[in-house]
Amino acid sequence: MSDVAARPAPNLLANGWVKAGLILAAIVVAAVVGSRLDSSGTLYKIFIDPFDQMAAAPDLLVQTIWEGLVTGVLYALIALGFVLIFKASGVFNFAQGIMVVFSALTLVGLYEMGVPAFLAVILTLGVMFLLAVTIERVVLRPLVNQPDIILFMATFGITYFLIGLGESVFGGNPKQMIAEQLYLPKGAIDLKILGGLVTLQKIDIAAAIIASVMIAVLALFFQYTRIGRALRAVADSHKAALSVGISLNQIWVIVWFTAGIVALITGIMWGARSDVSFALEIVALKALPVLILGGFTSIPGAIIGGLIIGIGEKMGEFYWGPLIGGGIESWLAYFIALGFLLFRPQGLFGDKIIERI
Amino acid sequence: MFYREAGQFKSTYQADMAVFPIRQDRIGLAIILAIAFVVIPYFGDDFFITSVMIPFLVFSLAAIGLNILTGYTGLISLGTAAFMGVGAYACYKMTTLFPGVNIIVLILASGLFSAAIGVLFGLPSLRIKGFYLAVATLAAQFFLQWSFVRVPWLYNYNASGAIEVPQRLVFGVPVTGALATPETRYFVCLGIVVVLTWFASNLVHGKIGRSWMAVRDMDIAAELMGIKLLNAKLLAFAVSSFYAGVAGAMMIFLWYGGGEAADAFSIRLSFNILFMVIIGGLGSLIGSFFGAAFLSILPTAMKFGLPALGVPMAGATAEHVTFMLIGGLIIFFLIVEPHGLARLWQIGKQKLRTWPFPY
Repeated sequence: MSDVAARPAPNLLANGWVKAGLILAAIVVAAVVGSRLDSSGTLYKIFIDPFDQMAAAPDLLVQTIWEGLVTGVLYALIALGFVLIFKASGVFNFAQGIMVVFSALTLVGLYEMGVPAFLAVILTLGVMFLLAVTIERVVLRPLVNQPDIILFMATFGITYFLIGLGESVFGGNPKQMIAEQLYLPKGAIDLKILGGLVTLQKIDIAAAIIASVMIAVLALFFQYTRIGRALRAVADSHKAALSVGISLNQIWVIVWFTAGIVALITGIMWGARSDVSFALEIVALKALPVLILGGFTSIPGAIIGGLIIGIGEKMGEFYWGPLIGGGIESWLAYFIALGFLLFRPQGLFGDKIIERI
Repeated sequence: MFYREAGQFKSTYQADMAVFPIRQDRIGLAIILAIAFVVIPYFGDDFFITSVMIPFLVFSLAAIGLNILTGYTGLISLGTAAFMGVGAYACYKMTTLFPGVNIIVLILASGLFSAAIGVLFGLPSLRIKGFYLAVATLAAQFFLQWSFVRVPWLYNYNASGAIEVPQRLVFGVPVTGALATPETRYFVCLGIVVVLTWFASNLVHGKIGRSWMAVRDMDIAAELMGIKLLNAKLLAFAVSSFYAGVAGAMMIFLWYGGGEAADAFSIRLSFNILFMVIIGGLGSLIGSFFGAAFLSILPTAMKFGLPALGVPMAGATAEHVTFMLIGGLIIFFLIVEPHGLARLWQIGKQKLRTWPFPY
């Protein structure tokens, strides 16, 4: 009996949801206060006006959300490459972004040399496989068992190397993605909904569909094939996987190759929307908050994280950006991720971090 | 044969715990300082001083700052360049508001602003660890870089959006601006770097440094031993950002001499400084110098050295090859010695001690 009495009252604030609820309540209170201010007040502009605009022009809202969704899908694709590698080898692969650029450049470069489009895709896959083998042999194998930050740095080395290689082979100029030759649709569909026009680029729809298909294929591959099972085993425990006769080196090659395939598809999609250049590298950094949001080890997390970041970023830029001068897209994603992290330090779907002395 | 501590007896605890317990090390340090203060300004030409030595000193200071955070306290930061930028803009604002104040004092004081911002962005580190923290610092990087462009107050509303470094005299000698000679700027840089390195060395060898290292090795264990994580981590952020801020102010005022500062403090610079710290050696002050030397001098040497050696290279190709080489070298050094150049230096010294009869 005495120990029941001695038990401290549960600390409600320790629960993330309670905290989130409190903050939400605070925001609502602030919004009510704000609405009582005149319509030029700062609070009004932050908390009421954007929602007012959303209600007044729902077609614009849909358009913004759609754009966020598409950007989110592409972020999610880059993040997916990260997660694949992180799960299987524990390497935080900074080079994923540059692999996207590199694969897209190789594809376009091969096509420009006169290789038919689909043959070029196959050849590019070959190049990505070669890259995977090389990385495993030259970089990962000698660095087995080093601390995480060292492996992280090694992928920086790979990034620099690939930037230099890509620029000296294909030149630094932006290139056009060969979207038509790969039978990717062009143009836009105008939808009449909610009393307005919403423009959907066909390529965006294609991107969303292809991304979903690819994720489904990956899920099936992981769930039902022999190699997929081995990959999951390695992700669970390197030592246990080794002890049942799974070759880590082989798995690493496979996983880097898979990440290479994901990179190529991302590169094609992204390249078709804008063009293929090394500016994509900065975009790849956006995959980091996505990862953080979803958790490093979760594939669904990467996808949902991507969508949250994509939509949040576009909405923030469109509705709140003008209040502080615009261009907030460059950092909003990181702050969204940071906000989530303060409540769930392991990300939304990540494995719970358990620390022991 | 020459490098041996035989016959050097310590009779006090202080002597035993000295940073340089071996006499040859102290002589070596004195020689290096003599070279830095006397030989280089007298025999180096302007080109060598402005494009090799000053960048090296600036990057060394920034690398020391990041090393305090990443190497000693174990918190990964990808926002060093932004904190450098805070220092540069703070220095610019202060020198335009108080033109009479000694510019060297202002350069040092600008570090304080950067430290305050660093503490602010360091707050999440209490809850977030490892790579997750890297993203928090990326938020700092992109947010601050955005403010450098979007907040015109920072660059005094001038049309170009750039920092214009005004002429400032210290004891009648121009230190910044167009009239400052490379030698003067070099001496100011060197002085600041030497003093701050000495300060950092004392910091990391003392109680504070030990608490940082305890946090790095395992923060929960450190907390159980009575180290206040809040204080230790935020202090690390403050000191690290202070160093970065001073380095940033030095970079704009003593090296660049003005210009589009927002571009200079981009994410790429942050990465470069992280490379320097890791290539040089995490948790080693001398490693910061090695790393800075390696990564700041190598591109310059490649750019000007190879054509001089008769290897014909166009500008663009040279840049690409430099990129490839740096990438390759990063991987090579990580494989050969994951603990950085500082560890190689240590191994070298150990070998030298027993040379020429190692058995």
